[in-house]
Amino acid sequence: MQNNEVLRMRGICKSFLGVRALNNVDFTLRKGEIHALMGENGAGKSTLIKVLTGVYEKDGGSITVEGKDAHIRSPQDAQKAGISTVYQEITLCPNLTVAENMFIGRTKGALVNWKEREKRTAEILDSLGIPARPRQELSGCSLAVQQMVAIARAVDMQCKVLILDEPTSSLDEKEVEMLFGLMRDLKSRGVGIIFVTHFLEQVYAVSDRITVLRNGELVGEYVAEELPQVELVAKMMGKDLKDLADLEQVGVKNAGEKDMVYEAENLSSTEARPFGFHIRRGEVNGFTGLLGSGRSESVRAVFGADRVTGGTVKMNGKSVRITNPHEAMKAGIGYLPEDRKRDGIIADLSVRENIILALQVMRGFFHPMSRKEMEQFADEYIKALQIKTASQETPVGSLSGGNQQKVILARWLLTHPEYLILDEPTRGIDVGTKLEIQKLVLKLAEDDVSVTFISSEIEEMLRVCSRLIVMRDRKIVGELTGDDLTQATVMKTIAGGEQ
Amino acid sequence: MSTAGKQKRERLTDAQLLMTISICIFVFMYAAAMIFMGGGFLKTQQLFDLLNDNAALIIISCALTIVMIGGGINISVGGVIGLTVMAGALFLNAHSDGGPFSIVLTFLLAVGIGLAFGLLQGFLVSHLEIQPFIVTLAGMFLARGLTTMLSVNPVSVSHSDFSALVKTKIQIAFLGYTAKNGNLIPAKLEIGAVTAVAVVILVYLMLRYTKFGRNIYAIGGNQGSALTLGINVRRTRFYSYLISGLLSGLAGFVFLMHKPAGNASVAMRSEMDAIASSIIGGTLLTGGVGNVIGTFFGTMILATIQKIIALSPLNASWWQDMASGAMLGVFILLQSVVLSQRGRGRMGLPSWLKFRKE
Amino acid sequence: MSVPVKRKKASGLSQLIIPLVALGLLLLFNLIRDPGFYSVSIAVNNAGNPVLSGNMISIIDSASELAIIAMGMTLVTAACGGQDISVGAVGAIAGAVFVKVVFAFESITAGALLAGLAACILGAVLFKLFNGTLVAVFRIQPMIATLILYSCGRSIAYWINGDATPQISSPILSAVGMTIPGIPVPTPIFLVILTGLLMMLLFRVTNTRLYTQTVGINQGAARLNGINPVRIKLLSFVLLGVCVAVAAVIGIARLGNLSHKTILADIEMDAILAVAIGGNNLGGGRFRLSGSILGAYIIQMLTTTLYAMNVATVNVKAYKAIVIIVIVVAGSPVVKARLSALLNRVRPGGAAGLRGVS
Repeated sequence: MQNNEVLRMRGICKSFLGVRALNNVDFTLRKGEIHALMGENGAGKSTLIKVLTGVYEKDGGSITVEGKDAHIRSPQDAQKAGISTVYQEITLCPNLTVAENMFIGRTKGALVNWKEREKRTAEILDSLGIPARPRQELSGCSLAVQQMVAIARAVDMQCKVLILDEPTSSLDEKEVEMLFGLMRDLKSRGVGIIFVTHFLEQVYAVSDRITVLRNGELVGEYVAEELPQVELVAKMMGKDLKDLADLEQVGVKNAGEKDMVYEAENLSSTEARPFGFHIRRGEVNGFTGLLGSGRSESVRAVFGADRVTGGTVKMNGKSVRITNPHEAMKAGIGYLPEDRKRDGIIADLSVRENIILALQVMRGFFHPMSRKEMEQFADEYIKALQIKTASQETPVGSLSGGNQQKVILARWLLTHPEYLILDEPTRGIDVGTKLEIQKLVLKLAEDDVSVTFISSEIEEMLRVCSRLIVMRDRKIVGELTGDDLTQATVMKTIAGGEQ
Repeated sequence: MSTAGKQKRERLTDAQLLMTISICIFVFMYAAAMIFMGGGFLKTQQLFDLLNDNAALIIISCALTIVMIGGGINISVGGVIGLTVMAGALFLNAHSDGGPFSIVLTFLLAVGIGLAFGLLQGFLVSHLEIQPFIVTLAGMFLARGLTTMLSVNPVSVSHSDFSALVKTKIQIAFLGYTAKNGNLIPAKLEIGAVTAVAVVILVYLMLRYTKFGRNIYAIGGNQGSALTLGINVRRTRFYSYLISGLLSGLAGFVFLMHKPAGNASVAMRSEMDAIASSIIGGTLLTGGVGNVIGTFFGTMILATIQKIIALSPLNASWWQDMASGAMLGVFILLQSVVLSQRGRGRMGLPSWLKFRKE
Repeated sequence: MSVPVKRKKASGLSQLIIPLVALGLLLLFNLIRDPGFYSVSIAVNNAGNPVLSGNMISIIDSASELAIIAMGMTLVTAACGGQDISVGAVGAIAGAVFVKVVFAFESITAGALLAGLAACILGAVLFKLFNGTLVAVFRIQPMIATLILYSCGRSIAYWINGDATPQISSPILSAVGMTIPGIPVPTPIFLVILTGLLMMLLFRVTNTRLYTQTVGINQGAARLNGINPVRIKLLSFVLLGVCVAVAAVIGIARLGNLSHKTILADIEMDAILAVAIGGNNLGGGRFRLSGSILGAYIIQMLTTTLYAMNVATVNVKAYKAIVIIVIVVAGSPVVKARLSALLNRVRPGGAAGLRGVS
C-alpha cells in the first residue's frame, strides 16, 4: 500500500493574518487514482491546492512525493516535484501558439527549436485526441480546447500528480465527457489526479475517492462508491440533514394567469438570434440548454447588455425601447450577470458602494445619495441577506464568492425591480448559500417579482422554475411546464429527442 | 466560442498583420516620394542617409519594443543617450591623445552607463514592482540632470582617432551614382547605421529564437499565466530592462559617432519618437504583441516623412512635427480599427465594445 | 446568526501616509537646515502694492499650475487607467487661443480677457475631447492617444499665433498672475483653492467620483449597471481640459507673454508624478484628489529646497529624480509589505510607527 502512494500531505497548517485557513490537514493520493477534493467555499480546498502548488508557503506540516520530502516554495518547485495544476481560468498565454504554450517555461537550453516543438506538439495532441493545431494562436481555440492544451502540457511534463481545479465550470456536457475521457486515459497511465469541483454528479462519474474538508479541517477520506450523495453533502455542510429536507420542500409555484410583465417579439442582438419570450408577474421561469446554446446571450439581449439589433419589447403591456442596460434598468429590469468577477463586482469599491450602485445610477448623475442614506441601505441589506463582511467599507473583492454574489443580489433588490434576471447566481457557491439564494428567489416571486433563473444544474432549475425554456444551437426548441418538468424530459428536449 | 474553419494555413497573427501594414506603407510612401519628388529619393544614398541619421533612434526603438512587448515602458532612453554622449565627449576630450584604446574605453563607458540605468530601473520595476512609467520618468530626469551636471555648455569632441572613426564610412560603389562632372560617387553607409541594422537583426533573433525572448512575450501576454507556466517573471522583466538600458548606452555611442558633440538637448524627446516607431511598427503598449522588424520600418516611416517635408516647400520644424503627429494618429486609428475588425476577444475587450461586421 | 457590521470612516486615508511623511520630512529638513527658510515678510512690488514674500509663499504660489493640472490628471488616470502626456502641449495651444482672441479686440479690456478665457477653455476642451475620443471610443491607451498632441501640440500653438513670444500685458492679467492690489497673497493660490472647491462641489452635486471609480475599476460591470463608460471618460478629459486652460492663463498672466516652447514645459511629467506620489494607482480606479495636490506641493517644495541650498539650476533635476525615486520606493507595495512585516516582528501590533522609516 505504502508504495502505491504518490503524494502524502501530513499536518498541513496555514494562517492568514491570524485566521486559520488550514488546521492540521492530511491528504493522500495514490497512483492511478482520481481523488475528489470537496468542501464548501472557505473550507480550505483552494488553500490546500495553493500550498501544494507553491503559491502559498505552508506554516507547518510535511509533503512527500513518492516517499521523498518535497520542499515546495514556488510554482517552479512544484513542477520539479512532478505536481502540475490546471486551473479553472486558463493559465496559458493567449498571444502564443499552442506549441509554445506546451513547452514554454520548462525546456532546457537558451534557444527555441520551433520545428521540434511543433512536431512534438502535433504528436501529443494527436495521441490525446485534442482538436488543435500546433501553430494556431491559443486565443483562437475554444475554452475547452485551451483547457485540454493545459492538461496536455501537464501530461507531457511526466507529472505524477495532476490537479484539476474546477476544470468543468465553463464546459458544456460534450466537452465535459471529452475531459472525463482524457482523465480516465491518464489514470490508466498511472497519474494521480486531484479533482476539485462543485458538481456532485461529476464527482461520482469519475472519482475513486473523496476527501472532504470543512472550515479548514479534515472531515475524512472516503471511497466514492461507499458514500451516498446525501451523506457527502451533509459532511460538507457539517449540518444535519434538516436543511436538505428544507431544500426538497421548496415547491414549484405556478404564476397562473397573472398579467404579463415582459414580452418580447423577434428580439435579437449581435450575439442572439431573434427569439420571442414573455414572463408573467410573480413567475419564475428559466432558460436551459447546453453552454453555448444561447441561453445567456438571450437574457443579455433582454437586458440590452449586447447591442440589440431588432425586435419589439413591451413592459406591462406598453411598448418600450431597451437597447442598453440603462434603459432596461429604467424599465424595471435587473440583471445579475453570469461572470461575477468580470461583469458583476467592482472589486476595489466597498461593499456599501457596490450595494447602492444600481440604485444610484437609476436616480441619476445629478442626484447623489447622502452618505447616511447609503449606509442605511447597506446596513439593511447586509443584515437581510446575511452578508459576511468585516464592515461596509471592506472592498468587495476581499469577500468570499458567495458573499460577493449576495452583494450583487442586494444591489438589484435595492432597485426593487419588477423583473429580475439571474444568470448562474449559484455557480461556484457553497451549498448553504445556494439554498439561501433559491429560497430568496421563491420569496421574491411571492412578492410578485418576476424572475428568470439560469443554472447549469437542471435539478436546481426544476426546483425553482415553473416554466423552462429550452435552447439548442441558439434557438428556442421547447417550453416545458407542469408535468413535463422532469429531469428526463428536460434532457430529452435539450438533446433533441435523440437520447 | 470560436468555430473558425480548419484552413491549413494559420492566419496572420496580430503582430504580423500590423507589421505587414507598416512595411507596405513604407514602401508605398517611399515609392510615392520617388515618383513625385524625384531628385534625391532616386538615389540609394537618400535611403542610406535615412539610416545614417536615424541609427540611434532605430536602436532605442528596439529597446522600447522589447520592454513594450513585456508590458512595460521605458522613457529614459533619450535621457540616457544625452548622458552617454556628454560623458563620452568629455572623456574623449580628456584623453585626446589616448589613441584607439581611449575609443574602446569610451565605448565601454557608454555601454556601462546604459547598463547602470538598466540595472537600477530593472530592479525597481521587477523587484519592487513600481510602475515602469514612474521609474523610467525619474530615470529620464536623473539622466538629463546628470548631463547638465557634467556640462551646461556644448562640448565638441576633438580627438583625432575618433574623428577618423566618425569619418569612416562603408562605401558601396555599385549603389552609387555618377555626378554631373562624371565622377562616380559611391553610396556611403556609416558604422552606426550598420550597427543599428545589426541590432535589429540580433534583437529579432533574440525575441524569436531564444527562451528569454519568448518569455518576454509570455509575461506581456498574461503575467499571471506566465508565472504558473514556470517562467521567472521577475528575472525576465529585469533582464528586459537591463537590455533596453544596454541598447540605450549603445545608441548613445552611435549618436556620438554620428555627431561628435555633447549638448544638454541631445536626443531630447527621442523616447517619444521611439515609442511612436514601435507603435507604428505594430507593437502594442498593452504587451505581448510586437515585432522588431516592424519597429525598424516604423522608424523609417517617421524618418521618411521628415525627409519629405524637409525637401518640400513646407520645410519648417512645425510642419514636420504636425506631419509626424498626423501619421501617428492615422496609424493608431488604423490599428484600432484593424484589430477590432478581426473580432477577437484577446485584447481583453468585453464583447459589447468590439466593432463588428454585420 | 449575527453579522458584525462596523463602520470605518477613515477608509483610504492610508494612501496619504507616504506623501504626508515625505512632506513632513522636507519641512523638518528645512527647519534644521535653516529656520530662516520659513520667514515670511511683507515686501512692496513694482506697482507699489504690499505682497507677502518668503520661500513658503513662493512654493505654494509656483506650484499652482501643477496642482490644478494634477487634479485633472487624477480624474483621467482614475477613469482611463492611463495618463495624458499632452497637457503641456495643449496648454500651449490654449494659451495661443487666449492670446489670439484677446488680440482680436482693439484694447485689452476685461471683456476681451473674458472672451479670451472662454475661447481658451473651449479650445483646451476641444483638444482634450479629441484625446478623449481616441481613448474612450477607439479604446487606445491614453499615453499613446496623447502622444500625438504631445509631439505636435506646441507646433500647433506656434502655427496659431505665428509669433514666437507675443507680449500681452494688462493690469487685470497681472492681478491674475501676481497679486490683486491690496491683497498680499498671490492670486494663483486663490485659483487653486477655487478649483479645488469647484471639484468638491462637483463631487457633491454629481456622481462623478463614484462613476469615475467604477469605470476605472471595471468598465464592463459599470456598463451593466447603467453607467456609460464612454461618457465618463470623456467627462474626465473635459475636466482636465478646463484645468489645463486655467493653468495656461495663469502661466501667461505670470510672465505677461506667451512662449509656446516654455509655457507649462514638462508639466505633464510633473503632474503624473504628483498623481503617483499622492498614492493614486496609475492603473485607474480609486483616487484621492488631495493626494495629488499634496504631490504637487511636494515636488515644488523639493525644487525650492534645492534652490535654497544653492544647488545650481541645472543640477536640480538630478537631485529631484533621486528624491522622487526614494518616495516611490517607499510607497511601493513590496516595500510597504516588507516594512510592516518588519515592524510587526520588532513590536507586535505596532504598524503605526511607520514614521521613522523612509
